[in-house]
Amino acid sequence: MTIASAIAGIGATEFSKRSGRSELQLAAEAVFRALDDAGLPPSEVDGLVTYSQDANQEIAVARETGIGELSFFSRIPYGGGAACATVQQAAMAIATRQASTVVCYRAFNERSGRRFGQPDATIGGEPSSQGLEMSWHVPYGLMTPAAWVAMFARRYMHTYGAGSEDFGRVAVAMRKHAATNPAAWFYKRPITLEEHQASRWIVEPLHLLDCCQESDGAVALVITSLDRARDLRHSPALIAAATQGAGAGQMMMTSYYRDDMTGLPEMSVVGRKLWEMSGMSPSDIQTAILYDHFTPFVLPQLEELGFCPRGEAKDFIADGGIELDGPLPVNPHGGQLGEAYIHGMNGIAEAVRQIRGTAVNQIKNARNVLVTAGTGVPTSALILTTP
Amino acid sequence: MTTVLTTPESVRELLAALAERQMAAGETPGAPAPDPVNLPMIRHWTAAMGDRNPVYTDEEFAARSVHGGIVAPPAMAQVWTMPGLGGERSPTPVDDVLAALDEHGFTGVVATNCEQTYHRYLRPGDRLVPATRMTGFAGPKRTALGEGYFVTWEVTWYASGEAVNSMVFRVLKFRPRERKSQPGIRKSYPLRPAVNRDTEFFWEGVRKGELRIQRCARCGELRHPPGPMCPRCRSADRTHVTASGVGTVYSYVVHHHPPVPGRETPFVVAVVELPEGVRIVGNVVDCRYEEVGIGMPVRVAYRRMDEDLILPMWVPRES
Ligand SMILES: [Zn+2]
Repeated sequence: MTIASAIAGIGATEFSKRSGRSELQLAAEAVFRALDDAGLPPSEVDGLVTYSQDANQEIAVARETGIGELSFFSRIPYGGGAACATVQQAAMAIATRQASTVVCYRAFNERSGRRFGQPDATIGGEPSSQGLEMSWHVPYGLMTPAAWVAMFARRYMHTYGAGSEDFGRVAVAMRKHAATNPAAWFYKRPITLEEHQASRWIVEPLHLLDCCQESDGAVALVITSLDRARDLRHSPALIAAATQGAGAGQMMMTSYYRDDMTGLPEMSVVGRKLWEMSGMSPSDIQTAILYDHFTPFVLPQLEELGFCPRGEAKDFIADGGIELDGPLPVNPHGGQLGEAYIHGMNGIAEAVRQIRGTAVNQIKNARNVLVTAGTGVPTSALILTTP
Repeated sequence: MTTVLTTPESVRELLAALAERQMAAGETPGAPAPDPVNLPMIRHWTAAMGDRNPVYTDEEFAARSVHGGIVAPPAMAQVWTMPGLGGERSPTPVDDVLAALDEHGFTGVVATNCEQTYHRYLRPGDRLVPATRMTGFAGPKRTALGEGYFVTWEVTWYASGEAVNSMVFRVLKFRPRERKSQPGIRKSYPLRPAVNRDTEFFWEGVRKGELRIQRCARCGELRHPPGPMCPRCRSADRTHVTASGVGTVYSYVVHHHPPVPGRETPFVVAVVELPEGVRIVGNVVDCRYEEVGIGMPVRVAYRRMDEDLILPMWVPRES
């Protein structure tokens, strides 16, 4: 990138199960907090980026926040898979002078409003390419995110000899991290592996505690050039790499027709690009924010990104590898299983705090932080670094 | 691989352990009342309730009474800290327990007890802060409404640190009895596939009892799910072959929750690998879900879902 850019501001609402306000209000509140955090007025913003499944139009957010004129706006497809792509597009817009200061946002009442975890009988109904894709699955009742993920998880267990406890250890670690994060929904509420195992089945092999919560809330980020960011309130979180990825034969959550069903080829695509763009390798990363809407996909992420060999993530995790004192602390804020499910945007905010050194569960010398976005769908990822 | 089934005992233990923990958490303060105790609100409340006692609203009368001034009706205790329309309730230790009961199917709720204790009359200007602690958890018990748990909590209202009112509240969270579906009424199956000119051949085959796989008319490549082009040779000329109708389970799930329209839970969905070299998704039926496993031999069976829709499904096959 010709003009380096950085995340200069982060903002969020509280994370709850019932915000009591409209999604647009949540968006505006998070945007104001992110701008205040950066020390910038709304009038400085000329770009807005969000991603599909956000009910708030870019122009509506601009109106509510007094942002005024926009020279760049974009909405990226594939839901949570696009979380890090918002930062990528903001950085590209700044690098190509389409915009100077871009706000990325995600706001929803995902628990008190429309719940993504519930079946929607209409998703296979339209003969669009996506409707047709869904039509090979929805008529059989395979229509919730948990079920789509469970199909991969079962094959992964079979191939690598993993068990439900191996997924459970991810949930236990995330809840342990969240227990010391006052912003987390599950603050002071850790769980045991026994509780994970005793929690009821959602879609076998997934227990209730393998599934992240549903949350109301909003998160916003302010991205501007590194030069500009240096003059603002906080030390900048430099965007060392940011990229999107889709694998060959990719589908939305149901890529069951590729040769192998145990990996996440799309995560391999973004991983290779991240290392190439940043010049780093896995050993350069002090902490990672891995998308954890469902525990099983944390394992192949560790493998695809090169943090451990294929099939060995379960051993890495069982050895405490992803805990705060492990070789790769994952989601020190508690992730989406523990903090909140804001489609990955809260994880990017955590990465910024780790770079600033202001996280509640601060990882020592966190110079480079890797963040991934939604798994099972076309995805994105980024690396933030201290400039 | 180890799997632990969710049994009634494990649910009981889980709920009891959660309740134990929440009771041990003690008293959790809530958000302070948005307004102090005030005359306008007392006036609205007494008017709505039809309480004409002038000691609540008539300053002169109240001044001459034993109270020496306006007091609020004691039964308004809870009113002062209610969140109001669209407001957010503060979290309490009881929330997790009620949510866990919901999650385990105890979705019905009925209030069984409400006992309030008034330590002193409230006067205009008192600003209340509620605090809630969970005090009781009992069950499962059989009741006329269904099996359920009694959950008890106590709210204490403080004014400048002094406990002024308290309330013991108990609810029964019960599992609603299942309603029998009416026989003889055949509803349209809600989970319908979208069909277009690229996929119509497959559904036409299903109606004729054939499992069709798209085949490129130029290079012979088989492909499922089908599409308009051959990604291998770019040909749009396509035909199909009829599969042998046997396969093996490549992966599968057992769907328990949430309920799915048109389906009874639990049900099995599998990715089935066909000897022709493609995979297809469908339900495994005619066996207990515990019997399904990866590598299980299956064969296709056609099931009518309603007047218009037949779905290919999979039944166990002797290997
Ligand atoms: Zn061909």
